[in-house]
Amino acid sequence: MTLLDRHIAFVEALRSAGLPVSLSEGLDAADAVLTLGLHDREGVRAAYAATLVKRQPHRAGFDHVFDLYFPALVGDPTKPVDPDADPDNEPAEMPEGAQGLGDGPADLAAFRDDLVNALGLGDPDALQTMAREAVQRFGLIRGRAEGEQRWSSYNVMNRVSPGELVDRVLQGLLADLDEDPTMRRLVEAQVAVFSEMVDAEVRRRAAEVRGPEHVAKYTVRKSIDQIDFTSARKADLEEMRREIGPLARRLATRLNKHKASRQRGPLDFRRTVRASVSSGGVPLDTHHRPRRPSRSDLVVLCDVSGSVANFANFTLMLVFALREQFNRVRAFTFVDEIHEVSDRFHPGADPIETMASLAASAQYASLWGRTNYGRAFTRFTELHADALGPKTNLLILGDARSNYSDLGIDVLQQMVKESRHAWWLNPESPRHWNTGDSGARDYEKVVKMIECRNLVQLGDFIHDLA
Amino acid sequence: MTWFDSAADAEKKLSGSGYLADQATATTTYLAGALEKPLLVEGPAGVGKTELAKAIARSTGAELIRLQCYEGLDEARALYEWNYKKQLLRIQASQGDDQTWSETHDDIFTEEFLLSRPLLTAIRKETSTVLLIDEVDKTDVEVEGLLLEVLSDFQVTIPELGTITATRRPMVLLTSNATRELSEAVRRRCLYLHIDYPDAEREHAILVGQVPGIEEKLAREIVDTVTRLRALELRKAPSIAESVDWARTLVALGTGTLDQATIDATLGVVLKHSSDIDRAVRELKLRQA
Repeated sequence: MTLLDRHIAFVEALRSAGLPVSLSEGLDAADAVLTLGLHDREGVRAAYAATLVKRQPHRAGFDHVFDLYFPALVGDPTKPVDPDADPDNEPAEMPEGAQGLGDGPADLAAFRDDLVNALGLGDPDALQTMAREAVQRFGLIRGRAEGEQRWSSYNVMNRVSPGELVDRVLQGLLADLDEDPTMRRLVEAQVAVFSEMVDAEVRRRAAEVRGPEHVAKYTVRKSIDQIDFTSARKADLEEMRREIGPLARRLATRLNKHKASRQRGPLDFRRTVRASVSSGGVPLDTHHRPRRPSRSDLVVLCDVSGSVANFANFTLMLVFALREQFNRVRAFTFVDEIHEVSDRFHPGADPIETMASLAASAQYASLWGRTNYGRAFTRFTELHADALGPKTNLLILGDARSNYSDLGIDVLQQMVKESRHAWWLNPESPRHWNTGDSGARDYEKVVKMIECRNLVQLGDFIHDLA
Repeated sequence: MTWFDSAADAEKKLSGSGYLADQATATTTYLAGALEKPLLVEGPAGVGKTELAKAIARSTGAELIRLQCYEGLDEARALYEWNYKKQLLRIQASQGDDQTWSETHDDIFTEEFLLSRPLLTAIRKETSTVLLIDEVDKTDVEVEGLLLEVLSDFQVTIPELGTITATRRPMVLLTSNATRELSEAVRRRCLYLHIDYPDAEREHAILVGQVPGIEEKLAREIVDTVTRLRALELRKAPSIAESVDWARTLVALGTGTLDQATIDATLGVVLKHSSDIDRAVRELKLRQA
């Protein structure tokens, strides 16, 4: 593969990983790499990043693909470099279980001791070496074909299990374990870095055997604002929570700009004539009355049962971050009982605490703990009928999965009729609507149902709403 | 003239002028000079985006021209404007002379009556120039269009004077805090650099370089504490500007070491939201409840 081919394949892979790389950017990248020279891998990475990655959320995906197409080394990292060896044949020649470095229980214990030291020191180079070694020694599994080798990060993490080492690392660093929770967080971050390195190493080895295109296709994750709420991992959820604040700020700026551009109201005759006196009676500038701000009330009903709780929380946080765009916001959560949570949001409050408080309040929304939309709607009209009015926008969040119980279509129809507009945000793909116990298609006849699976779709909807 | 000879040269020159760049920053800066492309710099507030432009200007001996963007910035403030008051005076002064209109017209649309704004100034400079377009996300979309036009060809057409083309292309840096999404077109034409919080080693070096009279040990402690604060989930994590401020405060107070009580007393220098301070106090166990 020539350098040009590799460059083109790399750009192709970035495009399929969701980065919008244009033709001119590809040319710029080639230009930059040639200007800089190929002697330094990190330099090449910086050159590609500067020309191809124009948004920080795309950076993780870029690094991922870059490591596959421009790996730091080829073959087995624990063996001394042999310049004559043919890299294509190397993996096949190796006997199972690396020579010299065993993978028995004693070896594992020794390796874990070393890892404790490396984690304590926090030296990224040492961790990188350890990660490569760990994959080589503990990650090997038999491939499908004869002589084919594969590596599994699951095997490595399972055997080395660095998460259990956190306490030992802390013991080495601190006298008193409970003294400083921030220290624990730093060590946990180191462990996360290590496991990310192991993953990257496994991908690198896989790419050697099966080609980078194949690995890139199956392992590159989407950027955080494209990940589905329902399939997000714990780490993704934390990252999403951090995104809520900036997203709300961006939305507010956009909304304020948009509103300012519509603000010219009817002509203010008096002020115009007064101003014209200074220019000899010629009205050079016209003055206008400001438009009356038309803000609507918003009522949000959230399903907070386990499957969709995250989605409901994110949406609530976003809505309340933008509350000055609305006249009044009231929020209710439900599983099979209704519970008002409007008072749990304070301006300037800490997002983590708000989330925790919301999670704690979920118990009030649940009587028997099985989602029942029909009952929740009925209880809402019984207890909070005053919430809805001709100026109210109604927003319902949930996956419409009501455990085959009564859907309460009539009640919902009445609620929709009482409010000005009504929307239903569904975190599931329309493909899954009405599969299993989902009543999405039935509700869709009564209220407008909108797919809202990730932060991008959520942001777009909230913008149009305000 | 080339701006920098290589990425290593860029790093050396920048550190010579007091800006400690990491490898990605140095490489991208070198590329921006070598490829003559504008450089879009993003990152959290206070990590040294504006400072990078100043450091480039200092280290290469170029002149820095700064265009601070704000809502409502228009062509007249960014590019050029005719000094119409002076033109009016000129017309009134020549009344009574038997000058024809075309003579007067030619007279009042000359260099003398042109107010050059940052973009035009940068294009017309004969010497090497660094043009800093600061907080480009604060402008309206129309200004972005203007910037695109100017930055792609480095030429401006003034109807009365003709087209002015840059004799030397200035190095252009755009900074953004991402309050608004920049258009795809701007991003495509620029090189992109995201500056993040520095690693502990570099932050330590920055503190020692920026704060005169700071002790090695105190700097190390500050870096440690700030790193731990950044690991918390805060509304505004402390950036380099804040740690430098903190170091200056502690040096001014004459405290040689950073103990729990000192952190508690001076936390307001690094954290700017009350909810952040509460969280830090709780997580670092500053006050015994």
